Amino acid sequence: MTISLEALKARQIDPTAPLLEVDRLVMHYKIKAGEVSAVDDVSFTVHQGEAVGLVGESGCGKTSIALSLLRLLPSNAMYVSGEIRLNGEDLLWLSPEEMRQRRWKEIAMVFQGAMNSWNPVYRIGDQIRETLDTHYRGIMNYRQQREHMEKLFNAVGLPAAMLDRYPHEFSGGMRQRAVIAMALACSPELIIADEPTTALDVIVQDQILKELKRIQSELGMSIIYISHDIAVIAEVTDSLGVMYAGKLVEYGPTKDVFARPKHPYAYLLLRSTPSITGPRRQLAPLEGEPPDLLHPPTGCRFHPRCPFATDQCITDEPPLEDIGGGHRVACWHHDEVPDLEEALQR
Amino acid sequence: MTAQRRTDGAPLLEVRDLEMRFPISRGMFRAPVDFVHAVDGISFDIARGESLGLVGESGCGKSTTGRMLLKLVEPTGGTMMFRDGDYERDIASIKGSAVKEYRAKSQMIFQDPYESMNPRRTIYDTISEPLTIQKVGTVPDREKRVLRMLRMVGLTPPENFLFRYPHELSGGQRQRVAVARTLVMNPSFVVADEPTSMLDVSIRISIMELMSNLAKEMGVSYLYITHDLAVARYMCDRIAVMYLGKIVESGPTEEILARPKHPYTKALLSAVPVPDPSIRRTPVEIKGGISKAINPPPECRFIQRCPFAAEVCQNNPHPPLEQRGPDHVVACYRVDEIEALLGTPHVVVES
Repeated sequence: MTISLEALKARQIDPTAPLLEVDRLVMHYKIKAGEVSAVDDVSFTVHQGEAVGLVGESGCGKTSIALSLLRLLPSNAMYVSGEIRLNGEDLLWLSPEEMRQRRWKEIAMVFQGAMNSWNPVYRIGDQIRETLDTHYRGIMNYRQQREHMEKLFNAVGLPAAMLDRYPHEFSGGMRQRAVIAMALACSPELIIADEPTTALDVIVQDQILKELKRIQSELGMSIIYISHDIAVIAEVTDSLGVMYAGKLVEYGPTKDVFARPKHPYAYLLLRSTPSITGPRRQLAPLEGEPPDLLHPPTGCRFHPRCPFATDQCITDEPPLEDIGGGHRVACWHHDEVPDLEEALQR
Repeated sequence: MTAQRRTDGAPLLEVRDLEMRFPISRGMFRAPVDFVHAVDGISFDIARGESLGLVGESGCGKSTTGRMLLKLVEPTGGTMMFRDGDYERDIASIKGSAVKEYRAKSQMIFQDPYESMNPRRTIYDTISEPLTIQKVGTVPDREKRVLRMLRMVGLTPPENFLFRYPHELSGGQRQRVAVARTLVMNPSFVVADEPTSMLDVSIRISIMELMSNLAKEMGVSYLYITHDLAVARYMCDRIAVMYLGKIVESGPTEEILARPKHPYTKALLSAVPVPDPSIRRTPVEIKGGISKAINPPPECRFIQRCPFAAEVCQNNPHPPLEQRGPDHVVACYRVDEIEALLGTPHVVVES
């Protein structure tokens, strides 16, 4: 059993070995008006030590996937089909108690609102201790727990004395560091970071992202970053998935997807992100609004907003095809539109 | 030297030594002894039709500045000359009905389209409210104006939106309504406080486009408050960078982005993530996080976090804004030394 950070560091990482496999996951929310198709046929693999990003707009299903991985979905959510395998074991078939054993210890999470992740009336150290109590009952005594937590705080750049402080005594950035320390407490193999820096100022955001990246490479962990901020994802991930209306429309090595986005939505999303570097190019707005997932569009879910949509797009759903080098795209016309840039300028 | 722009003709807004101090009381009946110097003697101009970006971290005083310009809070010092046609007032000192008169010329767009609209009022009520308050035209006139405004912000056909409620609209549509409400009075000055930071990327671009197109069409000047420098690049002609109540650098947008001179601006720019994985940023590391400006010491506000602080910064008061390029002013004693140490570019492209 790996308890200490040293043991985690010493672990052998095989970057080709799959850690987490999401396989054809379909997930619906049941509401009064019907069933919302929130995640539809999504597959991707996170390898050992890999950082994967999921981007998309609100309502595209990225947070639903994160919560699915942790089995923390609200009670009206239904897994329709598919598997989520962590080290070969399907998480969807575990009992709630078995799943509880795995949370924090195998999959940990860093949530969006660092402000709301803490109970205001307990000391931060006591809240981290609670996790250790759950997973290492009888293995660590009080003093060992304290030592372990001090090491964790060191690892995320917080002074050990802060363990005895209450959440309100932390600044936003410090609280987010403490959240990361908590995620590391049981030495998980996978961390899910849902908008980990969204509420933070840009300088603090930069510090936190660097910290996460350093910890990830030092400890050989895998991270799934979920964000609507494409610039953040570009900087911290190895692979990138673009989601639209519950579908994974493009997936591949981050550099490839950024250099040659093949799906029109991914292309427009990447090109509509303002940047402070490079020439000040015209930003391309995306016309229209995301679809209502109670009644998702037929065929390709992006067709009502797509500048290249044809009859085929309206009737047939494009599969997520591999176009080489692990770059996958779900678009009928990804090779017929060789230069989107040119086509869009017309 | 102030952060002012050389133009012929007077600027729309001339702000001088604007100051806001919030008292901190220690006990109910005691006189306040401590003050938060939220905005501490800032000066700038906004020309007609120009968009000035006010950027900085949370707590730097940028929102307070915007609120003072609209008389939502009373400044504790300084002047704000507002000139629009025959109208010429120091709006820092106006009171009562004069404020109402000024509000016909100045408007605000808020950050959150979910919180800034009354859920019980229809879109028509929401947009026509400024007209009602200012007693503009007859009811049919107002209706015509609201319809025209809805068309201008791209909510077509406008008749379909008039009697809907905010909850029936998406975030992007709500922000369009907010833009319509802001511009229906035909204001000459608008304070936009993070108007796109709650929106998704694709919607954000269309709202930004809408705002700048309408501004051009109607000749509106913006004070654009944002923490996002990339957005400021697309929305603003000039940028002023604030730190703990002071403007530390200001100049034309592209000039600031290409040749930042103040160490804080450099750090801020170097921390902005770049949406291109082939680019590696060279960091300008600064220490810690932003603090609060409670009874700040006289020396440079940035001294605690500045990696380049030297004796000259210890022994002198907060540096004045000095000309360091065309229309580019910087408040730092060590600009030349830092330049020699770091050079100007802040990103390098990886091969």
